[in-house]
Amino acid sequence: MVKPQLENRKDFEWKKYVIVFFITLGIFLTAFWFSDYFANRKIKQIKDIQNTISIDILSSETQFSLLSELSCKDVDNSTLSKELNSLAEKISYSEENIGKSSEVTELKKYYSLLEIKDFLLMNKISERCGKKIVSVLYFYTTESNCSECVKQSYVLTELREKYPELRVYSFDYNLDLSALGSLISIYKIEDTKLPATVIAGKLYTGFQSIESIEKLIPEIVQALEKQKAETEKENKKP
Amino acid sequence: MGFSQIIMYAFTFIAVYVQVFFLITYIERKKDLILRRHPIKLLRYPKVTILVPCYNEEKTLYGTVRSLLDLDYPKDKLEIILIDDGSKDNTWKIIERFTKYKNISAIKKENGGKHTAMNLGIERATGDFIGGLDADSFVDPEALKRIITYFNDPETMAVAPSIIVHKPKNILQKAQKIEYDMAVYTKKMLAFLGAIHVTPGPFSIFRKKVFQDLGSFRKAHNTEDQEIALRMQENGYKIEHCPDAYVYTVSPNTVPKLYRQRLRWIYGFIKNAIDYRHIIFRKRYGNVGILTIPSGVISVLSVIFLFSFFVYNLSKRTIEFVEQYQATGVWWSFGVPQFDLFFVSTKAIVFVMILLYILIILALLVGRSMTEGRVRVSLDILYFLIIYSVLAPFWLLKAIWNALWSKESSWTFERRVQG
Repeated sequence: MVKPQLENRKDFEWKKYVIVFFITLGIFLTAFWFSDYFANRKIKQIKDIQNTISIDILSSETQFSLLSELSCKDVDNSTLSKELNSLAEKISYSEENIGKSSEVTELKKYYSLLEIKDFLLMNKISERCGKKIVSVLYFYTTESNCSECVKQSYVLTELREKYPELRVYSFDYNLDLSALGSLISIYKIEDTKLPATVIAGKLYTGFQSIESIEKLIPEIVQALEKQKAETEKENKKP
Repeated sequence: MGFSQIIMYAFTFIAVYVQVFFLITYIERKKDLILRRHPIKLLRYPKVTILVPCYNEEKTLYGTVRSLLDLDYPKDKLEIILIDDGSKDNTWKIIERFTKYKNISAIKKENGGKHTAMNLGIERATGDFIGGLDADSFVDPEALKRIITYFNDPETMAVAPSIIVHKPKNILQKAQKIEYDMAVYTKKMLAFLGAIHVTPGPFSIFRKKVFQDLGSFRKAHNTEDQEIALRMQENGYKIEHCPDAYVYTVSPNTVPKLYRQRLRWIYGFIKNAIDYRHIIFRKRYGNVGILTIPSGVISVLSVIFLFSFFVYNLSKRTIEFVEQYQATGVWWSFGVPQFDLFFVSTKAIVFVMILLYILIILALLVGRSMTEGRVRVSLDILYFLIIYSVLAPFWLLKAIWNALWSKESSWTFERRVQG
């Protein structure tokens, strides 16, 4: 008969299992703390960028009001447009990767507001200086599964890369912001017809391909072609 | 937090838990770790029988037996029994060449599987201690003496050696060497915890009493070396590990060979775990039922999960990529992406994963220092991490699949040690 030797078993200690559990828990809590710390830093970074942009826009507006006959040459907001773009990327990354949804939503609202202000300012400049500024207002939704919106975003990102002059302002349709609500009602945008784009003041619903948008912004396409031709000429010169 | 994320955190939590458990054990018991670098002499040399079961091993058998003859152990106290399990090649001829040695005897039998060969050997064995040595492994001359010292403790019933990959040539074998080195560490920690679940085929030595009390080897889904260890644990028989008893084993040199070997191990592990499920989470069976088997099962599951998670994300990204192409007509539109620290992930899981990898590499370096006598960092570690994370999911998935349908892996007599 097999004689069980289980009474010899001295190697099992509950205490150790509990201690190791708390050590592991501590490791995880530390990891979460670090993660939270970096998330806060990222949000702070976004806030800082927004503040800078906000000051820039405010400054341009003020400049504009002060000098009714502003020297149109001084108006150059292309750098601002770039900053807005990189800000958009950071906000959408945060939406997906940082848990703090309420804070990110606040940032997004502020960003949308800045976009609207920039858009209005550009319109004024365009009117007064006779400078043709082409802008695209783009409305998307993240709530329902909108695969067309995803495609439209790709197209607009591509266009923005191709034509730096083009100003693309994108708005989350479902964002609870009264200024955005006004914009939506001005252009009569319906949530069932998303994605929607407003190009040169006209509304287009559904997915718009690169080619169809290019047709709507001939001045920008031509300008780029001209520029290209000129640089080629210069290159050919010895 | 999504469902898959919660599972991900749960699996990483357990993985970190187990590594911390081992690390604490290591710190606690470091003083009890014996690593001898010089030849030793025993006061008393008990009689030992070594069984060498072979099936078509003409290539490596000679070296195996030579290494046994070169053991620093009195010849009259060392009995070697070579058992030909119905080989179809020249194995028997090689065996016959060795019968001129007084302490070597040979048996030829019909093919019946490794466990039948071992059991026949046990019947004939005259030693107080009985061990096996697979015919693809070689022992270090000091190994046996070092193992025997562990039997000074009358409670010790079996001792497992440290297994090292013999002359790794290609990257696959180098990666395996890293794995085996790490297994030396794990095995020693499990020994400290009384929780060893495998007494590997190459050169685990048993007291004869084990077989008298508990019976002989069983087929055990072609992993008899796992089953005997679990049976011993079930009955409270102490299994030790002698980290400085080195045994060199020839490791699979191609992916298909490695795949077949692992398939058998994992399949055997799953089936044996099912057969011995009554010891899981039962305090009276100690750490083997609470730590070893559950963490083994969970590691199988987590690799499967991580793999499906990876495949899911990869296909998602591919679809996005194709969609982007369809929408814009450009494959790569964003130019050279600018590096911005902002987009480096700072999710908690990232920090935990980094720590987990550090713990694993630490375990590996300790294991290496136990086999090589010094801590050495090399590129092989990277090969190991990459090769295993790519290949392991395949044999794990197949093993689970086979276990579900009870499809026994075919008997090829290819057998190696489980870490």
